[in-house]
Amino acid sequence: MSTRKDTPEQSEFRAYCQAWLAENRPEPPGFRLPEYAIELKTIEQRDYLCAWQNKCYEAGLVGADYPTEYGGGGHSGFQRIASQELSRAGVPYMVNLVGLDMAAPTILHHGSEDQKRRYLPPLLSGEEIWCQGFSEPNAGSDLANVQTSAVRDGDNWVISGHKVWTSFAHFASWMILLARTDKGHKHRGLSYFIAPIKDTEGVTVRPLIKITGETGFNEVLFEELTISDTQRVDEVGKGWTVAMTTLTHERGAAESAGGGGGISIEERVAALIALARRTPRGSGTAWDDGVLRDRIMQIAIRAEGVAQTFRRARVPSLAEDPTRVMLQGKVLTSELMQDLAAVAMEVEGAQASLYLGDEAAPDEAAWPLAYMNSYGITIAAGSSEIQRNILGERILGLAKSK
Amino acid sequence: MAQPKNFGFGEEEQMIRDSFARLLKERLGIERLRSLVAGDHREAYEADVAPLAHDEKLWRELVELGVTALAVPEAAGGAGIATVAVAAVAEEAGRAALPSPLISTLQATFILREAGPAAHAWLARIVGGEAATPAVTNSHGSWDANDTDVVARLDAGAGTTQSVVLDGTACFVQDARKAGFFVVAARDASGAAGADGGIGLYCVPADAPGVTVHPDRIVDLTRDQAHVELSQVEVPAEGVITTGAGVAAMTAALPAHLVVVAADLCGAAEWQLQTTAEYARVRTQFERPIGFFQAVKHPIVNMMIEVDRARSLVYNAACAIDHDPAGALRSARMAKSAASDAAAFCSGRSVQLHGGIGFTWECDVHIWFKRQKHNQFLLGDGIYQRARLAELY
Repeated sequence: MSTRKDTPEQSEFRAYCQAWLAENRPEPPGFRLPEYAIELKTIEQRDYLCAWQNKCYEAGLVGADYPTEYGGGGHSGFQRIASQELSRAGVPYMVNLVGLDMAAPTILHHGSEDQKRRYLPPLLSGEEIWCQGFSEPNAGSDLANVQTSAVRDGDNWVISGHKVWTSFAHFASWMILLARTDKGHKHRGLSYFIAPIKDTEGVTVRPLIKITGETGFNEVLFEELTISDTQRVDEVGKGWTVAMTTLTHERGAAESAGGGGGISIEERVAALIALARRTPRGSGTAWDDGVLRDRIMQIAIRAEGVAQTFRRARVPSLAEDPTRVMLQGKVLTSELMQDLAAVAMEVEGAQASLYLGDEAAPDEAAWPLAYMNSYGITIAAGSSEIQRNILGERILGLAKSK
Repeated sequence: MAQPKNFGFGEEEQMIRDSFARLLKERLGIERLRSLVAGDHREAYEADVAPLAHDEKLWRELVELGVTALAVPEAAGGAGIATVAVAAVAEEAGRAALPSPLISTLQATFILREAGPAAHAWLARIVGGEAATPAVTNSHGSWDANDTDVVARLDAGAGTTQSVVLDGTACFVQDARKAGFFVVAARDASGAAGADGGIGLYCVPADAPGVTVHPDRIVDLTRDQAHVELSQVEVPAEGVITTGAGVAAMTAALPAHLVVVAADLCGAAEWQLQTTAEYARVRTQFERPIGFFQAVKHPIVNMMIEVDRARSLVYNAACAIDHDPAGALRSARMAKSAASDAAAFCSGRSVQLHGGIGFTWECDVHIWFKRQKHNQFLLGDGIYQRARLAELY
């Protein structure tokens, strides 16, 4: 394989992205934006970010590789470049995270022609926000145990059940929904739907309070919500297969419809080192403490390791099985973010006790908040334990744990 | 500086690695390795002098394949191949637990290629198949290029010759009994310290008068180590590589030194991962393959995660040596830290998860376990690397 470089078209597009981002960086919002999109709380946060996604979409930086008839840019190999440049520019993240990462690729792979034409354009443009209805009180790691029922009624389906941990439900227009259409078969008894969720009869969205004390995700109750059969994605009984497409994208093992922006891992490591250098400890700073410095360097090495592992995944002769490294992505990044925040709190020492609302809290309590929120990431989308099962079984051929 | 996205690992580099791996697979199967290094447990640790697990024939074949020429610049008659290919070769050496003096010879090469034309004749001897090894470490095992217990008397030569006389002992010399010559670091006895402490580099044949090799007793079965005593050793002009610029050459060579040991660690760790996973697939307890149990499954996955992280960092550092010299040391410290920790973890788990059989001489995992423990500390373990790394921030 020769050196992988951008094609002439790609490098022209990269230059365009850089120039556009230099000109169109949004004004700071004047209120706090949370670290991750899934922590969004307020309408003003949502509106600010929707406007930003829309602007990026209009400029061709979102949905770049999606077909033009579904509202995309019709290119190939452009989205990765746009997402990279968005990340590099340190601009805000894309608000329609579930839409871009999960719903769009799922609809593109499994949806009907009508579904693609109806749902993809406003998804890419940020006009319609999406949420994901997979988990239930008794279907977490054992996702195929979903009990929310879809019962056929002529050309319609009647949905009843209880979904939990639903980020964005309070803002969303649509939900990708995994529901049971046959009680006799665990996996083959599942089907996949697109459910309306905003101001809809038969749907109740209630906020759940996280350990941070903040809202940000929800439970969603369905009481005989009636939807048309045209809202079904792929065949009846194929829900598990479709859900696996969604999860492959959610775990970052495949390209999404758009992304980038937000705080990069490198910036977080730099922030940690800067924090240690300015935090007083004894007669010097926390950076002068050899033990803390060692822990910070461990984090810096892991962060570089993630970047280099993603680089290596694209070099077949040095990554004989690319899925082996790509499937590690979720566990690598989520556990790194968690440990990074934990070390930052160790650096802060007593100051780490100060929380939101305390004026003396360093960085507006960003680190204790990030640390607590990090458990959302190591639990969601298949917990770290489930990820290790998947890696052991699929990559190393170990016996299935069930 | 921009690095190639593929780490500089193209078709030619892949061919070199694959042909090396193929040769090791053919010539150094597990039976052959076992009989070479672990044939007799009493002999290994109780004989007057530990046996020398050196397969001269295999070494000749490796030389014919060109491995000793890989890191030698073209100007000195070598292949001057990308460092990432050298790292990939070192990785295969670790995977095979190769008991030949390859890594030490590469280490000597890395120093000599930084030392200018005076070293070319010695590099040519390496290309020709003569094993070499650095003799630069003091009795405390310091990895600092300034620390050597050997002194050089520059004015001691008889008459008009430019010879130098060396005295002192170099410790922790790798593969000392297999080496044809040593690259000795020695301090100028006159105290005429140059800008970098007046450390010189001298090539000394192993059979030169006044050289005595005292083998160490070591845990690792796949190499030998010794302290090399130099008593009134006269070095003729052609052996004098530099009388004052030794630290500069060793400092320039350090990233590559770290990278090949880290690569060796990664290859061996991958062997430990695959061997342990295979055992977890076939060993049955409680009517199930033990890999079914998450207490076994998850640590094996963690082995994989650590190996993959270290491997990625090794290629990055190797690539940096050729394409981003200013960032190479930082990347190499990261690679050696990650590889040392991966090796320590994989070694522990490989024995533990094999259970009782893993604790016996009969089971091959101890061969890799011991090699890993040796390389973990060679040139500094994870904690050491991170302490030095922090100085670069």
